[in-house]
Amino acid sequence: MSVVVDRDTRLCVSGITGREGSFHALNNRRYGTNVVAGVTPGKGGQDVEGIPVFNTFREAVAESAANTAMIFVPPPFAADSILEATDAGIATIIAITEGIPAHDELRVYTELRRAGGARLIGPNCPGVLSPGKANVGIIPADFFREGNVGVVSRSGTLTYQVGNELAQRGLGNSSIVGIGGDPVPGSSFVDIIALFEADPETELIVMSGEIGGQGEEEAADYIAANVSKPVVAYIAGFTAPPGKTMGHAGAIVSGTHGTAAAKAAALEAHGVRVGRTPTEVADIVASMLG
Amino acid sequence: MDLLEYQGKQLLARHGIPVPRGKVAATIDEAAAAANEIGYACAVKAQVQIGGRGKLGGIKIAGDEAQAREHAGAILGMDIRCLTVHEVWIEGASEIASEYYASIVFDRSAKAALVMLSTRGGMDIEQVAEETPEAIATLHVDPLLGFQPFHGRRLAYEAGVDADVVRGVGAFLAALYATFVEEEAMLVEVNPLVVTPERALVALDAKVTLDDNALYRHPENAELRDLSAEDPQERMAKERHLTYVKLDGDIGILGNGAGLVMSTLDVVAQHGGAPANFLDAGGGAKAEAITAAVEVILSNPKVTAVLFNIFGGITRCDEVARGLIEAFEQIRPDVPFVVRLDGTNGSLGRELLEAAKLPNVHGASTMDEAAALVVELAK
Repeated sequence: MSVVVDRDTRLCVSGITGREGSFHALNNRRYGTNVVAGVTPGKGGQDVEGIPVFNTFREAVAESAANTAMIFVPPPFAADSILEATDAGIATIIAITEGIPAHDELRVYTELRRAGGARLIGPNCPGVLSPGKANVGIIPADFFREGNVGVVSRSGTLTYQVGNELAQRGLGNSSIVGIGGDPVPGSSFVDIIALFEADPETELIVMSGEIGGQGEEEAADYIAANVSKPVVAYIAGFTAPPGKTMGHAGAIVSGTHGTAAAKAAALEAHGVRVGRTPTEVADIVASMLG
Repeated sequence: MDLLEYQGKQLLARHGIPVPRGKVAATIDEAAAAANEIGYACAVKAQVQIGGRGKLGGIKIAGDEAQAREHAGAILGMDIRCLTVHEVWIEGASEIASEYYASIVFDRSAKAALVMLSTRGGMDIEQVAEETPEAIATLHVDPLLGFQPFHGRRLAYEAGVDADVVRGVGAFLAALYATFVEEEAMLVEVNPLVVTPERALVALDAKVTLDDNALYRHPENAELRDLSAEDPQERMAKERHLTYVKLDGDIGILGNGAGLVMSTLDVVAQHGGAPANFLDAGGGAKAEAITAAVEVILSNPKVTAVLFNIFGGITRCDEVARGLIEAFEQIRPDVPFVVRLDGTNGSLGRELLEAAKLPNVHGASTMDEAAALVVELAK
């Protein structure tokens, strides 16, 4: 088992004819992901190394039975593409695009929740990797091996760092889910932790948070009330000054809200162990599973 | 992007919100001319992106031209919490019967716009929120439904505004919401929202933060960015398409990925060091980007040592190594570098660096080791 993507994933890539889109679609296929279609308006009928391209998501779903979408189109078109995918009945949408306007994200989030439709991962995320099963996005799969640690993170490279340190200690992952660094993530820590809690293969959950928003605090409350599996956390941004956006659009301390210290305290108050460095996180995980 | 008061007011005015008539001035003569045109009494207000400037002497009332010159002279060039005042805004002094507070913030937790209204305007709203939260009426707006007339009535009655301005306050909030959505703001705040003796509503101050990611749809707003007010290193980084934030310390930092860079700053601080900057070279950074990043980092004279912390995913460590070698050829830095290269093509990158025999460049195999070493070298 695993979460979000697995051997049943049938992937359709929006923006597959672009440079980045084609590169990562083929990379994902090489890993073993079943990439069944691509969508680029005006390029229907073409193919990308054998992957058929359609003009619309509706056609792509009808012809290829795609159940998962990866969004790789530029920010001005990304919200529209997400809405098109959910309209076509796609169940899981993974949006890699960085730089989508916040108000677009708000409307998309509200519509998806209202429609009771697709699960959205991202935007501005590295995607989801279920080692040995499927890779959707830009996570370099080489650093991860199969195992029973579920990882959910707001940051890409930090996830690779943690995953690599776990692998060096002989530990692998059920799934690695990047929820992204934007102000309105389609899926929160709580959403993904709930999936890991229900996943029989996952024995321990690592969450990697950062400054900004209340997602980590909400996760702390949720874990205390609903999660039986051990959770180990990491928070980045203790030294970030207030009012400055630290790379990710969502990583900003506003006044006294969203500080790393408050997040770590909220998690520790609910019995979640918080590592001070990525290395310490890996050490804690290894000692708990050892 | 944070707007200055007068820029925010001009934005509000475009959406039909009444603001006092005013003019911006960068010199004493301009200020005097503006004051003469607007008439007396008028307010001379420092234009800096910081709250509480009134208490710090940044707002003064002028009764005649001599006073306008005196106040403009005192305010232009003054430092308010480390920000230098380059412009003043001259506006007609408003008559005030009541001071309210109105704002709309992008509420990330609730995933909706949060509208707030209070009759306790003119003072620190955080203090009101802490001491008497019931004095602030709040409401979340469904982004797909938008602000409805009843929302305005509900907020006005709950906040307890004077009965004769309920309708006006509702219309004001509707216009504020339109500004928030159409300009794609993260914050619009009017404090105080003044009720005049004639029972008109006027936005006496304006604090507006726009979504950087949406500026491509608002070219007229994008032009409001005041490059001269920005830190020189931050401006230089922006021109080179690098994500850079200047900090107070002396250890220059470069990494790839926002999370990893934030983590690197923390680990350096844990080892007793003080980072000079946040710099995310981005995913898939090529050699040229790395060379440009070194230039930006070293243009800060406080930097006494530099840490590269790269965990290659899409970024290839050999590209980073090539960029660093190129930077050494171009700039010949005189401060020590600690370089940790791991991940994609890590061994290739380390071999390149070793072969180049760059002066005063030290390898480290882990993030912790690299942080400890750079803190030692920065001393």
